[in-house]
This record gives sequence, structure tokens and C-alpha cells, in this order.
Amino acid sequence: MDEFSRLTLHVPEPAVRPGDQPDFSNVRIPKAGSVPRPEVDVDPETIRDLAFSIIRVLNREGEAVGPWAGLLSDEELLAGLRHMMLLRAFDARMLMAQRQGKTSFYMQHLGEEAVSCAFRKALRKGDMNFPTYRQAGLLIADDYPMVEMMNQIFSNESDPCHGRQLPVMYTSKEHGFFTISGNLATQFVQAVGWAMASAIKNDTRVAAGWIGDGSTAESDFHSALVFASTYKAPVILNIVNNQWAISTFQGIARGGSGTFAARGLGFGIPALRVDGNDYLAVYAVARWAADRARRNLGPTLIEYVTYRVGAHSTSDDPSAYRPKTESEAWPLGDPVLRLKKHLIVRGVWSEERHAQAEAEIMDEVIQAQKKAEAHGTLHAGGRPSVRDIFEGVYAEMPPHIRRQRQKAGY
Amino acid sequence: MIEAVRSAMDVSMGRDEDVVVFGEDVGYFGGVFRCTQGLQAKYGKTRCFDAPISESGIVGTAIGMAAYGLKPCVEIQFADYMYPAYDQLTQEAARIRYRSNGDFTCPIVVRMPTGGGIFGGQTHSQSPEALFTHVCGLKVIVPSNPYDAKGLLISAIEDPDPVMFLEPKRLYNGPFDGHHERPVTAWSKHELGEVPEGHYTIPIGKAEIRRKGSALTVIAYGTMVHVALAAAEETGIDAEVIDLRSLLPLDLETIVQSVTKTGRCVVVHEATLTSGFGAELVALVQEHCFYHLEAPVVRVTGWDTPYPHAQEWDYFPGPARVGRAFTEAMEA
Repeated sequence: MDEFSRLTLHVPEPAVRPGDQPDFSNVRIPKAGSVPRPEVDVDPETIRDLAFSIIRVLNREGEAVGPWAGLLSDEELLAGLRHMMLLRAFDARMLMAQRQGKTSFYMQHLGEEAVSCAFRKALRKGDMNFPTYRQAGLLIADDYPMVEMMNQIFSNESDPCHGRQLPVMYTSKEHGFFTISGNLATQFVQAVGWAMASAIKNDTRVAAGWIGDGSTAESDFHSALVFASTYKAPVILNIVNNQWAISTFQGIARGGSGTFAARGLGFGIPALRVDGNDYLAVYAVARWAADRARRNLGPTLIEYVTYRVGAHSTSDDPSAYRPKTESEAWPLGDPVLRLKKHLIVRGVWSEERHAQAEAEIMDEVIQAQKKAEAHGTLHAGGRPSVRDIFEGVYAEMPPHIRRQRQKAGY
Repeated sequence: MIEAVRSAMDVSMGRDEDVVVFGEDVGYFGGVFRCTQGLQAKYGKTRCFDAPISESGIVGTAIGMAAYGLKPCVEIQFADYMYPAYDQLTQEAARIRYRSNGDFTCPIVVRMPTGGGIFGGQTHSQSPEALFTHVCGLKVIVPSNPYDAKGLLISAIEDPDPVMFLEPKRLYNGPFDGHHERPVTAWSKHELGEVPEGHYTIPIGKAEIRRKGSALTVIAYGTMVHVALAAAEETGIDAEVIDLRSLLPLDLETIVQSVTKTGRCVVVHEATLTSGFGAELVALVQEHCFYHLEAPVVRVTGWDTPYPHAQEWDYFPGPARVGRAFTEAMEA
């Protein structure tokens, strides 16, 4: 008998499936305030443990505690709450609009609002994000007009993309928001290139790349980390770990690595793990990484630990692959409710004001939607021209495309 | 032609500080074919530098730099190594202007040595141009001589859209006509080997007739231009040889004028036959010249096999094969 038995293939499985009791006992949650805050010029080798912990500021009582607290004023926090509530209301209305046939497709942020809303506030005007499809908070928190977002979602006559791009694939150079591709991981390495360019030109602006837990398996993720590490690019590399890549649990992309943040360690990139449902923690960590980048100290990798409460998109049904009540069991709670509680503890907010704000915000979104719908929706009212199919493939239309446009009758 | 390509980058970097050059081995060493030799010493290592062996990383970072406002001109060491970057080229570079309605653009140049003739085997001989011409949003250039290479590369660098610049590596050292058994002829003896020092451009999308003729039209680009010229001399058939120079956009007018005149057409390329760029050319010729055609259009290409090593010269469509195609077109 040989000393080796026959081989078997290991295929990871999530802890629970539909019908099971939700269980996050394997997610180790450190106490708020317990993770130290190093100086930004720290030797990355000495903070490797930050890739395995979770930086948290808000405790269960709604207090901001520990070394990462104290960076934001009452006004800034109230604005942050408002941005998250606006994004949530925006999502609710657009989901409904999709169901009403006003657009073909939508992707919501439910449960992940803090990540993009707080991150935007750590950047400056002129910095550039290379987002995925679940960071519309970057636009909302930068006061990009909601009507423009809706025009894009409805692919109507005022769509900034002239009907050429899927709903939610926004673009705004002015607001530091690179045109969303819709493919995964490709833009992570582009963010590194943008940051390299800023360094080549001795500029002061920094870049931020965005990727989901599932897409870290793409080779472009690896390329991005190599280039960022080699050239010490002024870039913040953000991994949003919302536990689910459509129906695939995060363990399939993570493999044997303890955390996604730990992927940065082999590249010598400081890697931080943060409570993605804690507005204050997200801001503090993003600010730390942005300061590092701006001081020419190079890239930072951040893993936001969060949970995708909603479906992946309007084409997805999560009840087919995870327990329906899993989101309620998520141990890091809801980002809006946590910040609301904190503001009440601070004495600058109340249940009444919150309810009033909720109504006002919903009204604001409805008013914006009315304005957008006046310009048309996907199948009704004003539409982009058929001519727009042929424009903009190149700066100057080549003869063969002109012939095709004429053939189409335009 | 190496000096011509280098001079194009040198002139462009000298005129525009936003032009940066990088790729595998292109910095200190100056590239495996020496096309970037001296550029790092002249312009500094933040404008000409070595990249990790990651083609998707090279093209991906170039796209990001272009979004910032630079004009990156990157090198893929061999066209055969392009595939890891194909996603970045097709779904990103080619579509950024379109999908963002011009909010962002992607003025990058991706240079790569292409084609066979150097005993490079399967992974150093491929001609993947059709994989680029099939992608709307890219421009595709294949020069056939040093004068054009420099003028077209400067045009490519100054172009507001992504340009694939395929350099036939067998032409780097001379106008190779397929006669591998003969000694190498240097570019210095060729009229198009003379390259002016300063800035000049050649418009993208304009073909050039290399040999006027009345018997048949040959549509070629890159190395095959010289092979076609040799075949015309050796068969005595009065072929009109069109050097496309730019595959996308294509100078259809020059093709149609010529085929309308001659009534016969031979399409030649080194790449494999099936779904090659020749298929597009033949389709265009029949669409636009059907009633002027005296004979079926003939294609001469590489075989539909991987590029072999030992049998290189049985694979490469040399002047004898091209000459036989001329005869076929004339006798049909």
C-alpha cells in the first residue's frame, strides 16, 4: 500500500444555504476602538496585523471611540447621514422605476452606503475614482445632480452618455468619477496608471481604484498591485467585500488567504481592514490612505467588510442561494441606523428629525425623478438619436462608419 | 526601420512632455529590438521606463495615464504577447470615448513587432492584426518601410484615439522580399529607407501605390508589400501593388479605383487565412467592384495552422506562392 491515498478536490462552501439558520460566528469582530492607528509613514512591515483585524469606531452604544475617532465635525456627520439616506431613497425609487419598465436594469447599494459616501469625503476636488457599479455614493456625496444620474438610468434624450451605456454606468470627469466599464477588475489597474501619471507630472492629485471581493480573482487585480507596489503610485486600492459575488460566496475568490486585505502584504503594500458599515471608520481609514498617497508614500490597500443586503442587480434573486434572513444576522449592522444612533448620542439628531429628513429626502428624489422623466424613460418620451449610435466611436468619424450611418438612414 | 521608429518617439517626446514610453525591457536596455534605445538617458526614467511582465498591466496603466491627460506610447515585446492585454484593448481603450460620450478619451499607442521570418516559432511570429481590425474604436497601422514607419508613428502618437502599431519585425533590418536564401539587403540602399530627422506625419487611413500596373491589383501591407513587388518582377505580370499602411480606417477609395481599372485582385497577408483581414478585403472588393471583376479574387496567406518553427519558409507566403496566385488570377 502506498503512503499516499487518492487525491480529492476541495470546493469551498458557505457556512449556510437557503433554509439554514444564518451564521456569522466565523466573522471575528474586534471591539470598536481596539485597533491602533499608526502614523502614515509607518513601515508597512510593522502593521501586517491590520490586514487581519477590523478597524471600527462606532460601538454598540453609538459612541465614537478609539484612535480612529474624532476626525469629523457634527456638520460633516449630518451631511454624511444625509448622503447615505439620499442614496438609499434614490435606490428605492430607481428599483421601482425598473419594475415599472422605465429602465432595463438597476443595481442598488442597500447596506453598503457608508463605503462610497464616506470615502468621497476623504478625497479632494481633482482626485480620480475608478469605480465599479456599486459606488454611486461617490457622486451623491460630491453633489452630482441626481437628475443627471436618472437621465443616464433612463437612457433618455438628456442622458449624458447618449444612450450608449447600461444604466448606472455613470461618468463624470468633473466629479472625479471615471466612466464605469461594466466589466470587472479592468479599472483597478487603470487607477494605478492615473496615479502614476499624476506622479510623473509632479501633480498633487491622487487616484482610487475600486473592486469587489469576487473580482480580486481577476489577473488585473494582481497587475494593479504589482504596478502600484513597483512605482509606489499615489493610489488607494479599495476592495469592497460584501460577502457575495452574485451567488458565489466570498470564499471562492479568497481561497486559502485569511482576508482579502492580506493580498496586499506580499506586495509590501500596507493593507487595512475596516468596518464598511461604520461611516466614521470608513472615513478615517480612507483619509489615512489618502494622506499617505499625497505624501508620496505610495499605495494603500483597504478591505471594506460589509454585506450586500439587496440582490446583486435587478436580474438576481438571492433567495436562491442564501438564507432570506441572513442580512438581519449580519453582525456589523446597518450603516444608516448606526450613524443615526451616533448623532442622537452626540445630541445633534433625534428620531423626529430623522423621520422628517427621510420624508424630505424622498420628496427631493421624487422631484428629481419627475424632472428626469420629463426627458423620457427607456421606452417612452424623449430618446437619444439613432445618429448617436455612430457618433463618438472615434474623434473623427471614419468613412466606413459614415457609410453605415447613411445606410441606417441618418 | 528600428531607427525610424525610435526617431518617431524621440521627436514626439521632444515636442510634447505628455508623451511617455514604457514596456518590458524598454527602459535602460532600450528594448529587445532596441527601438527605445537612448530614450531613457535623454528624457529621464519617469518618461521612459521598464514595466513588469504584465501586458494587461502595461495597457491598463497606459489607459489610466491617458485618462489623466498623458499620451502613452507603450511596447508589447512581441505581438504574440498581446493576448493578456486584449480585454483592456477591446472593452476599455476602444470604448472609453464612446461609452462616456467623450467625457474621457484614450489616446494611447500600442507598438508591437509582428509577423515571422526570424525563426521565432509559434510565440514570436504571429500576425494578430485581424483581432484588432474587428474592434470598433481602435485604429490599426502596419508600415512597410522606415519613412512610413516614422511618419505614421508620429501620427499615431498625436492621434486622439487608441492606435495599434504593428511593426513587421522582419523589416526592421531591411526590405525583406521573402527570398530568405539571399543575403539581407539594408534599408540604406532603399529609397524609402531614407528618414528625415525632424517632425513629419503621414495621414492615417491613406494607402500608397508602390507599383503602378494594369494586369491585376495586389492588396498588401507590411512585409508582404515587398514580397508582392518581388513576385511582380519575377512573373513579369504587370501588377499594381497597393500598400495599405493603415488597415483601420481603410483607404477603400484607392482599392476600388485600382480594381475597377485592372479587373483582377490578389489579397496577400502573412496571417492565417480563415477570418483573416483578407476576408474583409475580398468582401469589400466584391461589394464595390463586382461588375468590374474578370476573375475570382485570390487570397495568399499563412496556412491555417500555428506558425511552425523548422518549416518557417514553407509556411511564409513567399514570392513563389504569391507569383502562382498572380498566374491563377490572370488565367481564370
